[in-house]
Amino acid sequence: MQNRTMEIGVGLFLLAGILALLLLALRVSGLSPTASTDTYKLYAYFDNIAGLTVRAKVTMAGVTIGKVTAIDLDRDNFTARVTLQVEKDVNNLPTDSTASILTAGLLGEKYIGISVGGDDAVLKDGGTIHDTQSSLVLEDLIGKFLMNTVSKEAK
Amino acid sequence: MRKLSLIDRVGLFGRAGIDIVSVLGRSTIFLFHALLGRGGIGGGLGLLLKQLHAVGVMSLVIIVVSGVFIGMVLALQGFSILSSYGSEQAVGQMVALTLLRELGPVVTALLFAGRAGSALTAEIGNMKSTEQLSSLEMIGVDPLKYIIAPRLWAGFISLPLLAMIFSVVGIWGGSWVAVDWLGVYDGSYWSNMQNSVTFSGDVVNGIIKSIVFAFVVTWIAVFQGYDCEPTSEGISRATTKTVVYASLAVLGMDFILTALMFGDF
Repeated sequence: MQNRTMEIGVGLFLLAGILALLLLALRVSGLSPTASTDTYKLYAYFDNIAGLTVRAKVTMAGVTIGKVTAIDLDRDNFTARVTLQVEKDVNNLPTDSTASILTAGLLGEKYIGISVGGDDAVLKDGGTIHDTQSSLVLEDLIGKFLMNTVSKEAK
Repeated sequence: MRKLSLIDRVGLFGRAGIDIVSVLGRSTIFLFHALLGRGGIGGGLGLLLKQLHAVGVMSLVIIVVSGVFIGMVLALQGFSILSSYGSEQAVGQMVALTLLRELGPVVTALLFAGRAGSALTAEIGNMKSTEQLSSLEMIGVDPLKYIIAPRLWAGFISLPLLAMIFSVVGIWGGSWVAVDWLGVYDGSYWSNMQNSVTFSGDVVNGIIKSIVFAFVVTWIAVFQGYDCEPTSEGISRATTKTVVYASLAVLGMDFILTALMFGDF
């Protein structure tokens, strides 16, 4: 009898451990069982990506549809080439869609927002988004603002 | 005490070095014999089950209670710091990341060293001093196989499970304080957490940490018991050594593992 309660105790302990792992996976890290969907690649060239990092999310209308997988410098044009991994379900993006680097909140992380264009042709795997909007750099903005006030005063 | 000459001092230093190397060597040989010796764990699953009960199940209470309280304190502290930036909804993310990456594995390993490690050392040390280990050898039973191996495996299995239970219970305790008491919105507590915690990065790295700690703590505890001087004073010294060495090893290893996992270099 003593042996039996011990076995039940150990069994419950092991179950609790497995349950904890499941909770950590599903509830805490938000891993869904169908997370590994097929994706396709898109490229976008930006003048300035300041603050965008690999694994940043790619959204459309606020819904996450993919992530940034690589950022490198295009040596010929001196622009940043960002590789986007977009879910296969979203395979009807028009070729003249716009990719812009946005900020979540005032000081939040950078992400890429895609807004649709009107073209009939759609972006294929390995396609490039030509219409892009660079990251907002606070120093540039302040610089422009200062230049404006200075030139106004000069008039 | 007579005055030591310079040569004597150098000799003492050398003896200390030889002692350290020989302990490391003995403990490694001991570990290999216990884990890879003929036939694996003696007595089948029965002995392992008994040790899992003693080491794992009996540690559950202290792990769960401290998990709840640490989660609650984290939420309370996090809330008071974050609310001065107006971002109290990030408290869920803070509690979860702190618990999964650091406090879960480390605090569980420290508590485990105190609760189960010291008991293992004292039990094995007592077996040694009452010559139970040598009597087993006399009747042709390998004590490494029947006494040591089940205890080692029980520790390796229990600690990672306990660390995961600790994290889950801590996050639950955090939500209790943050959501039910301080009034953080329930949805943002969990969604902020799910956005920032990654399974492959944070959860898996935390589990790897706790597996390493399980290995180190159990190894130190069992070896100290097996290697202790077979007197009551020797057992008490070995038990103290277990807790001190295991805690230091856990904290030191934690820094190295964190640097490797999250250091970005």
